[in-house]
Amino acid sequence: MRKTELAVVGAGPAGISGALEAASYGVKVTLIDRGDRPGGQLVKQTHKFFGWHAKGAGTRGIVLAEQLARHIRENENVTFFGSTEALGYYSDKVLLLETPRGIEPLQCERLLVATGASEKMLLFPGNDLPGVYGAGAVQTLMNVYGVRPGRSVLMVGSGNIGLIVSYQLVQAGVRVAAVLEAMPVIGGYAVHASKIRRLGIPILTGHSIKEAYGDGQVEGAVIWKLDEKWNGIPGTEKDLKVDVICLATGLTPLGELLWQAGAQMEYVSELGGFVPLYDENMETTAKGVFVAGDASGVEEASTAMAEGKLAGLSAAWSLGRVPPEEFTRKREEIRNELYQLRAGPTGQKILRGLETLSKRAKKVTA
Amino acid sequence: MSDEGLLVTGIPTSEELARVTPPRERREKGPCVMIECFQRIPCDPCHYSCRFGAIKEFEDINDVPEVDWDKCTGCGMCIAACPGLAIFVVDESTGNEECRIAMPYEFVPLPEKGERVRLFDRAGTEVGTGVVERVIPGQKPQGTPVVWVRAPKELSLVARHLAVNREG
Ligand code: SF4
Ligand code: SF4
Repeated sequence: MRKTELAVVGAGPAGISGALEAASYGVKVTLIDRGDRPGGQLVKQTHKFFGWHAKGAGTRGIVLAEQLARHIRENENVTFFGSTEALGYYSDKVLLLETPRGIEPLQCERLLVATGASEKMLLFPGNDLPGVYGAGAVQTLMNVYGVRPGRSVLMVGSGNIGLIVSYQLVQAGVRVAAVLEAMPVIGGYAVHASKIRRLGIPILTGHSIKEAYGDGQVEGAVIWKLDEKWNGIPGTEKDLKVDVICLATGLTPLGELLWQAGAQMEYVSELGGFVPLYDENMETTAKGVFVAGDASGVEEASTAMAEGKLAGLSAAWSLGRVPPEEFTRKREEIRNELYQLRAGPTGQKILRGLETLSKRAKKVTA
Repeated sequence: MSDEGLLVTGIPTSEELARVTPPRERREKGPCVMIECFQRIPCDPCHYSCRFGAIKEFEDINDVPEVDWDKCTGCGMCIAACPGLAIFVVDESTGNEECRIAMPYEFVPLPEKGERVRLFDRAGTEVGTGVVERVIPGQKPQGTPVVWVRAPKELSLVARHLAVNREG
């Protein structure tokens, strides 16, 4: 049977950071991804990232993806398995993989789950019409394949993804009729909102989609205002002629592998759904199974990379590769970095979610 | 202009803008930066992009940028560095009815020197036209192009986006 010291499932920013960190201590790493190249969601992100200048802020996602992929290729301790799905993890430390060659077991001493998140669907009449897309699909079409999804788009959701994709649609020459937001305030960063507002795109807070209509495909959408109880207010309907409805209504962590591995999972709405309990080393309640990135709670690429690094460091330490003082020092450094990244108002929700999670974790260990 | 709130409409309020607007005497002296970044977010490249120390060092990565207009030369380097596309340079020193505005522009085609472009305010409403004075294309694939336009003086604090009009 093929053997590795650390198996990392998911080659997005969290998984790659974890793999590279562990490999830097000589750990043999196998990095697994559904896609045929490393990078995860970064490969379709043409905007520049925020964060520390010293840590590459201002770098566009696509450029970062290329840099990280090169580091993976050049690192002799990391083996990349592309077009491969992790099917399950069993108590004898065997990860079952579906590779292009068929089903293969992989014996691994440690496992890092960095599977990311999936898009939430929204329920409304007509949501099954062709022309209703998730924001991820729209980004892939435009930024990876260079295909315009349509002529005129209604964006549903004003988190950073909804705002950024709206901007990229206009860059691609597509009209964005409006951005809807059910909450009374915009979800994403104000600078992203201002950036699309000055392109003339209205951001309608307290609004949602009532229905999509069209003969065989989207031809328009009816939107309406919401009351305090999130119910549509009759009489406030507006008809928008659009051929694409793009849903950017949030992400939910992809935790199937963690459930199956026996990690204790908790529902924390601030973190996007079910997430595993984990300790200060990013280790879950399933021994030897670590988590990082959106799979541990939906956040930004910058926090995902820091978490991945922490998980990779911890995995290497647990394999006896990191001197204890160095481990403690580096761990505090990364934890401090994470703390600072979350210290602004946009990080408050995440901090609330993490607090809920840590309270529940204490209950488990007590 | 709407004053409902930045997080409701995406448009900064007049109070928010007042806090980051260079004083008139400063604008009339020469180009100076106007940073329209009002929310605490984890971001600091603007500070590092300024070679003149005009954007103060961030104690906390979430701080909003603070400008020292005495040090700012209006060079516009920070415009290209800002991932939020939130930085502009204004110049009312040209002495006539005109002003100069530098803004980030990430669309194709880029305007050309001498071309007349349409100008828009922070709500995306067309407010007039201007003439392109200089285009700094920015390095591919990272850089954000910066466009300098000459515009009517009353637009120096108003125009924040431009559009190239080639189809006629
Ligand atoms: S315009 Fe130039 S001098 Fe002024 S803050 Fe920006 S980089 Fe510094
Ligand atoms: S670089 Fe831009 S978005 Fe970041 S803090 Fe400075 S002004 Fe704000």
